[in-house]
Amino acid sequence: MGIRFILMVNKQGQTRLAQYYEYLTIEERRALEGEIVRKCLARNEQQCSFVEHRNYKIVYRRYASLFFLVGVDNDENELAILEFIHLLVETMDRHFGNVCELDIMFHLEKAHFMLEEMVMNGCIVETSKSNILAPIQLMDKAS
Amino acid sequence: MALSGMRGLSVFISDIRNCPNKEQERLRVDKELGNVRTRFKNEKGLTHYEKKKYVWKMLYIYMLGYDVDFGHMEAVSLISAPKYPEKQVGYIVTACLLNENHDFLRLAINAIRNDVIGRNETFQCLALTLVGNIGGREFAESLAPDVQKLLISSSCRPLVRKKAALCLLRLYRKNPDVVIVDGWSDRMAQLLDERDLGVLTSSMSLLVALVANNHNAYWICLPKCVKILERLSRNNDVPQEYTYYGIPSPWLQVKTMRALQYFPTIEDPNTRRSLFEVLQRILMGTDVVKNVNKNNASHAVLFEALALVMHLDAEKEMMSQCVALLGKFIAVREPNIRYLGLENMTRMLMVSDVQDIIKRHQAQIITSLKDPDISIRRRALDLLYGMCDVSNAKDIVEELLQYLSTADFTMREELSLKAAILAEKFAPDLSWYVDVILQLIDKAGDFVSDDIWFRVVQIVTNNEDLQPYAAVKAREYLDKPAIHETMVKVSAYILGEYSHLLAKRPGCNPQEIFSIIHEKLPTVSNSTIAILLSTYAKILMHTQPPDPQLQNQIWAIFHKYESCIDAEIQQRAVEYFTLSRKGAASVDIMAEMPKFPERQSALLKKAEDTEADTAEQSAIKLRAQQQTSNALVVTDQHPANGYPPVSQLGLVKVPSISTVDRNSEDQGVTQANGTLSVVDPQPLEPSVDVLGDLLGPLRIDGPPGAAAQSDHNLISGPEGATYVEETLALAPVGDQTNNVQPIGSIAERFQDLCLKDSGVLYEDPYIQIGIKAEWRAHHGLLLLFLGNKNTAPLVSVQALILPPSHLKIELSLVPETIPPRAQVQCPLEIINLGPSRDVAVLDFSYKFGTDVVNVKLRLPAVLNKFLQPISVSAEEFFPQWRSLSGPPLKLQDVVRGVRPMSLAEMANLFTIFPLTVSPGLDPNANNLVVSTTFYSERTRAMLCLVRIETDPADRTQLRMTVASGDPTLTFELKEFLKEQLVSIPTISQRPATAPPQVQPTTSPTALSDPGAMLAGLLH
Repeated sequence: MGIRFILMVNKQGQTRLAQYYEYLTIEERRALEGEIVRKCLARNEQQCSFVEHRNYKIVYRRYASLFFLVGVDNDENELAILEFIHLLVETMDRHFGNVCELDIMFHLEKAHFMLEEMVMNGCIVETSKSNILAPIQLMDKAS
Repeated sequence: MALSGMRGLSVFISDIRNCPNKEQERLRVDKELGNVRTRFKNEKGLTHYEKKKYVWKMLYIYMLGYDVDFGHMEAVSLISAPKYPEKQVGYIVTACLLNENHDFLRLAINAIRNDVIGRNETFQCLALTLVGNIGGREFAESLAPDVQKLLISSSCRPLVRKKAALCLLRLYRKNPDVVIVDGWSDRMAQLLDERDLGVLTSSMSLLVALVANNHNAYWICLPKCVKILERLSRNNDVPQEYTYYGIPSPWLQVKTMRALQYFPTIEDPNTRRSLFEVLQRILMGTDVVKNVNKNNASHAVLFEALALVMHLDAEKEMMSQCVALLGKFIAVREPNIRYLGLENMTRMLMVSDVQDIIKRHQAQIITSLKDPDISIRRRALDLLYGMCDVSNAKDIVEELLQYLSTADFTMREELSLKAAILAEKFAPDLSWYVDVILQLIDKAGDFVSDDIWFRVVQIVTNNEDLQPYAAVKAREYLDKPAIHETMVKVSAYILGEYSHLLAKRPGCNPQEIFSIIHEKLPTVSNSTIAILLSTYAKILMHTQPPDPQLQNQIWAIFHKYESCIDAEIQQRAVEYFTLSRKGAASVDIMAEMPKFPERQSALLKKAEDTEADTAEQSAIKLRAQQQTSNALVVTDQHPANGYPPVSQLGLVKVPSISTVDRNSEDQGVTQANGTLSVVDPQPLEPSVDVLGDLLGPLRIDGPPGAAAQSDHNLISGPEGATYVEETLALAPVGDQTNNVQPIGSIAERFQDLCLKDSGVLYEDPYIQIGIKAEWRAHHGLLLLFLGNKNTAPLVSVQALILPPSHLKIELSLVPETIPPRAQVQCPLEIINLGPSRDVAVLDFSYKFGTDVVNVKLRLPAVLNKFLQPISVSAEEFFPQWRSLSGPPLKLQDVVRGVRPMSLAEMANLFTIFPLTVSPGLDPNANNLVVSTTFYSERTRAMLCLVRIETDPADRTQLRMTVASGDPTLTFELKEFLKEQLVSIPTISQRPATAPPQVQPTTSPTALSDPGAMLAGLLH
């Protein structure tokens, strides 16, 4: 199935965005997020970007105060996911201009729309930034 | 301001952000939820804008980890809103809050379908996305055709079609039937000609799923995938928007190569060549560059190419190129590449024969085992585990042991399990294996599962050479000041069994061994105390001559635990105390444990069960394929609780010295002719209790036999059958022409054994044959103990089983020679096919000096062994009794000449058989109602009911009615009971006083049996 979930968490461990591609109950989500955040946030720059957790592999990347964590199947191409995170960040950058945690927080819906244009059913659907942002720009014009 | 003017939402988010702690946050969230809830209640007043605002708040709250159990309806209702912004919120929030099983989602199916087939493509996109993310089976059934149409439609724009592709993937996973292979594979191939990379990317994901499920239907897509790769990697045909740091869509490249890995091979030489050109370019042309992102992206492609090369099992040259690359990767500084290098090396082990090249990197891999990053350490551990074989096991396992002391807690259990498995599988010698496991327990006792220590005990038990060594080692560890409880268990167990082998060493006399073990008792748990008690009992038994002081000490301990609250400990204490007072009689009970049967290692099994990691799992499978396990299993092991677990002994290997064949028959004939001279029997040592030895340790010399047990049923066919009759006629009389006379009455011994499960079957001055049997339903396991009582060997030992037609008997190999004063065990597996009173005969012969002895012995595998008691209530009895209305299922007989006995004695006798007496069922106090279950392969478990009516005035006669669901069973059981009720001790004389007149009711074979004959006479 590929991508199981995408999380954005700040360094205090607060979730800024969560998108799951498989159904988990709220309790399961809370537990999973807690465990993963604890594991990943404790790691340093010299360590690799992959953490094995339960039957997931977490591919993560840190941008300033924000961690992007992507849970994937064990046989997913890790580096491809790692760069997909960067593509997501670049896309947000293009839209917000120097994206920061607050942008994502206060524009939750836009972050969601972008993600929705990029990932569907756990698979990558689009990697062209202009295609990803087209619907949002249309919407901005309309409002 | 933010959120397109949803000010209230921004305020709420700010409030949450400003909360100083979780408690405050919860209060704020609760307040907001209350607010939203009230607003939703007055729904009439809500505009779409307001709904949108509140729904976003709910989503935000949900994301924070709070349950939102209302407002779902509002979210769903927004889907049908006419305006895009509301509709969009409706779709997104529904997808986040609901799952495919949610009822509200069904309500929306129509609205969603309208959007899918409608003309507004932005609406189409929203609908396809929602279905693609959370659509269930119902969606699959109602929407699949529409979605397929959109995907292949030429009038649809790519932005719709790419979503349709992944939406179809979802529906296909929910119900594979929605994609009909026939037409669809061509369509799929056409899709791969697509120019738009968005559509191509999502179609490729769809293809991966389809091919993974059924690659045969999609061969047609294979060349197209190679074309796409060519197009991308040449970089001449990709829009700028899809190049990522100069690399043409790395994600599409990766996905395409993934799809190719689901085809088992590529047959078309042109396609293969084109693909290998591309792969070669990727392998050679990927350089390390400064830019991290470019580097990652190009290596993502490179690793996928490596995987594809491995999958295609390319030419040796290309494979070693791959290993060389991976070897480079595992040594670089960049941790991601190092991690992936290790991971892919492990995968490589599975698919191809590159073990030797990988071994060259062993030192580097061991370095990675000490990497500061646990992710990398795990990969290194896996790889080491996978690459371990006989040649490097010592190095690798010792590294693992060393690492164990510093390893993270999270890894220790896995580490110790892996070390244990490797040590067992690839041990150059077993003493090394024992060393490893004991070190393992010493260093990481908390992480050593029971399986591991069971295993070492098992291997030590099965390898005699190893026992003294293991005992020495166990003794050494006990000297350490603080040892782990598992170490106490394993050393106590080993020393209990084998410390007598060390008795001559300093510090190893029984008293010393006992003291050092007993020191540990105050600190251990109950399960260990139970083991210690067994150890004490064994030490006591092994102490020869007895040491009164030690004995008193140990008895005092037993006495103390006799009132222990733990039932297991209490029982052991009571039993050991009683047994140890019996002196020599307890020797057999306290003897060493017999060998364990060989089966697959529980550890390996466990490893397979617990590893979730696919790579790991495959590595284990790979190992298992390379070398079958020499491993054994310990299950339900109860150390020293009485006697050897008979059911396991059936699999013990017995030396293959001679196979039983028809020679024994010839020998029997020669012997019967009395051509042998008389030799004085060796004087007996009366004090020796050979039966005591019977249950003692196996003293089997020579290698374990591998010969097949094929020749036992030789005597089938007409010739065999007549032979059986002859021997049957001979068997009970005990007048064999041997010059060696049996000790005791063979017939009496047989009768005894019919009611007991262990005892002596035969004894003469040279040999004692003991029997121990265990019966379970229609299966039986009979152990023959052949004990040589002399100081010279018994030779030409032969045993042949003459089974009656209703028994299937397999005798394991019997050694040709029984060494002086030794004892061998021969398991005999018996299956009862149907009810019959015929008896199996053991034709046994051996040679001692010039004496040839041949005896034919009836085996106590008789009808009542296949009975199991069962109590039947009145409600069950009477309907059953009545339903079996008359002959042949219900038979009645008057029995005369009954041994006079009271009703209680008779009830007792029945209980021994074993039948269950149900008092009170019959209103007449002089009658007995009895029930039992009979087991055979043909009848399965069958209930038998018996009624005995006695006459208080004449105890020598009674009337018996027997009923069961099988006519033969009814008859045989009735005859059997009759035999038992008439006076048995007179059997041997009866045939003389009453010549066997032919009785019409008994079969010819039954006639040859005195019991049956007698029963016939008594009609």
